[in-house]
Amino acid sequence: MTPGILVLAQEAPGGSHFSQMLVEGLSLGTIYALLAVGFVIIFKATQVLNFAHGALAALGAFLVAGFATVWDVPGRWMPWAPSWLSWFGSVLLALVAMALIGMFLERVFLRPMVGEELFAIAIVTLGLDIVIRTITNDFIGQFPRPMGDPFGINVIDLGWVRIAQTEVLQIVVALIAVGSIAMFFRSRMGIAMRATAFDQEAARAQGIHVGRVFSIAWAIGAVLATVAGIFISLFPRRSAGVDLATAYFAFKAFPAIIVGGLDSIVGGIVGGLLVGFAESAVSTYVTADWLGTGFAGIVPYLIMLVVLIFRPYGLFGTEEIRRV
Amino acid sequence: MLYTRYEADQALMNTGTKKVMLGVFLLILALIPLGVLPVIDFMSQPDWLRLLSEVSIFAIGALGLNILTGLAGQISLGHAFFMGIGAYTAAWLGAPVGPLLGLNLPIWIWLPAAGIVAALIGVAVGPTAVRVRGLYLAFVTLGLVFVGEYVFRNWASLTGGSQSGRTFPAFELKLWKEETPLVSFNTDGPWFGIDLTAEAKTYYFLAVLAILFVILAKNLQRTRVGRAFQSIRDRDIAAEIMGVDEFRYKLSAFGISSFYAGVSGALFAVFVGRIIPEQWNLFLSVEFIAIVLIGGAGVVTGTILGSLFVIVLPRVVEDITNGLADAVVEGTGLLAWIGDLFISTGAGDFGLINTQPGVAPGLSIAQFNLVLYGLLIIGFLIFEPLGLYGIWLRIRNYWKGWPFTY
Repeated sequence: MTPGILVLAQEAPGGSHFSQMLVEGLSLGTIYALLAVGFVIIFKATQVLNFAHGALAALGAFLVAGFATVWDVPGRWMPWAPSWLSWFGSVLLALVAMALIGMFLERVFLRPMVGEELFAIAIVTLGLDIVIRTITNDFIGQFPRPMGDPFGINVIDLGWVRIAQTEVLQIVVALIAVGSIAMFFRSRMGIAMRATAFDQEAARAQGIHVGRVFSIAWAIGAVLATVAGIFISLFPRRSAGVDLATAYFAFKAFPAIIVGGLDSIVGGIVGGLLVGFAESAVSTYVTADWLGTGFAGIVPYLIMLVVLIFRPYGLFGTEEIRRV
Repeated sequence: MLYTRYEADQALMNTGTKKVMLGVFLLILALIPLGVLPVIDFMSQPDWLRLLSEVSIFAIGALGLNILTGLAGQISLGHAFFMGIGAYTAAWLGAPVGPLLGLNLPIWIWLPAAGIVAALIGVAVGPTAVRVRGLYLAFVTLGLVFVGEYVFRNWASLTGGSQSGRTFPAFELKLWKEETPLVSFNTDGPWFGIDLTAEAKTYYFLAVLAILFVILAKNLQRTRVGRAFQSIRDRDIAAEIMGVDEFRYKLSAFGISSFYAGVSGALFAVFVGRIIPEQWNLFLSVEFIAIVLIGGAGVVTGTILGSLFVIVLPRVVEDITNGLADAVVEGTGLLAWIGDLFISTGAGDFGLINTQPGVAPGLSIAQFNLVLYGLLIIGFLIFEPLGLYGIWLRIRNYWKGWPFTY
């Protein structure tokens, strides 16, 4: 179920395995980091362990595919626009839609669970995962949906390495996302969110609208998941488009989250990159026959298990202090 | 309830009503395959007997998860992994010698061995799992499922490899490797003068096994070990202060739970007949979590109710859908009108469920069942955290005080 990494004809003629591996790792790592950061924001702000994150990624990617190729929104209202512009319009629409869906899910399914055991809440999201994934899968149908993006399989040849255009975009987008999240945490709402993450009751007592903070956190999480989902469904990862494998791919972000520590945004980024590089290095260099197929796919989980043996709260996670 | 003796407080059947009801329940279980019962005589059909056999298998596995999650309070998403271990142990020991590994040993070796090997592996991964706490544990066990699936996929000489799978030993009791089994649970023929189908025999065999495991689980709750589990679940630090060795008991909870999972996995594999390695995936684990939560965490009765509910529900949904679809196609009466709202039978017909996947809009029956699963898990957690058992408790308490409300 976990497809190996596609290294489709990306090898530059004069390039080395090593530089290619670095690009591959960076590209994988940013996807994991995007997923991890969204996950951690939801977890920190609302105390919800969101198992439905992969499903949200798949749903978001499907919405982009749907807007761009099926319903032709917003392209049908702006026939003068070049195709890349209307594609970005579709992406923007999908992001807004996913933010709303994220808020809706939180309000309907998770708000009633506030204050319950963390595990019970996590299982609610596991249920959500099944529901969203099944419905998305039904929408997608039998074959993967192409994303209708303007990049295709174009690559930029730097001589020593080839980078797909989507990968460049992805790294830029990830940087913008992380930057704007850092900015957000300095804004009034961001400070409210940090306060809520620290102590919900105390934040409430200070006049912070905790419910609104929850909504915003889910909106941000869903948007980041969608961005990751889009890049998972584009050329170097899965060029055929979005299908069920998008959600499975997103599952590999969980080890990244755990390696970094469940409640650390920096940990999410570091964990994502670490896992991405490790996976790409293994798929490039470790090619022993007896390892069989799909070994690179479980490298994230192996790293997670090893890290947890030595640091049970991940690399950057706060240790739970047990008082009597 | 007033008890004057400690034994009475600890008794499995503390009231006479419970004894009578259990007796009636067991009698019904025994009579189902004979088709002599009114109302539920359709259950003696082979397909329903297979469904009920599956309930027994899932009940055994769910009891194991219930001990770990419900009793000891440890979260596990790795149940499917331990089931896989059990299944392939059974295959290695019990399957006939052939292209794939198989030693052709009898059932009284492979069935316990399936549990024991799974338990040993459970104890072996335990130290990692015990070191991490709470939510991190969920991810460790999640990792196990994925690593396990990879190993199963690639160990082709044992598992048959990806997408092709392998067959498993049969349900038959042999003393050793002789040709004709002593008792066979999967061929038609008379038992004690009563003609029984293969399905009925398998059903009896699995029901008896399930009852054995229920008694084991029920008794475990009352022992020192069971109480230690519950104290860890309720407050681990308090338990340690009272002298409960947290590490040891968490390990044994893992071991016992994996034993149940291993046996259940072996039975499931044999029951299904041919299984691909991808079968032991996260969804199977989630199914067991659903059973435990829907039934009622920490309660043996709840777990049985949960297995019955989760396994039989898809079938009921399917029957209702097909029945309604027939009514819609015939096209008269209130039933057809109601059915038409929900069911799409053709390409142009809108509906929630369709009977022609790929042609009509809407979810296929299998997909609808999945969605229903998810919604049920969510619904029970939000509205009735005690599960079906909680509903039963409320009904019982209502009638206990009737006509008074207190």
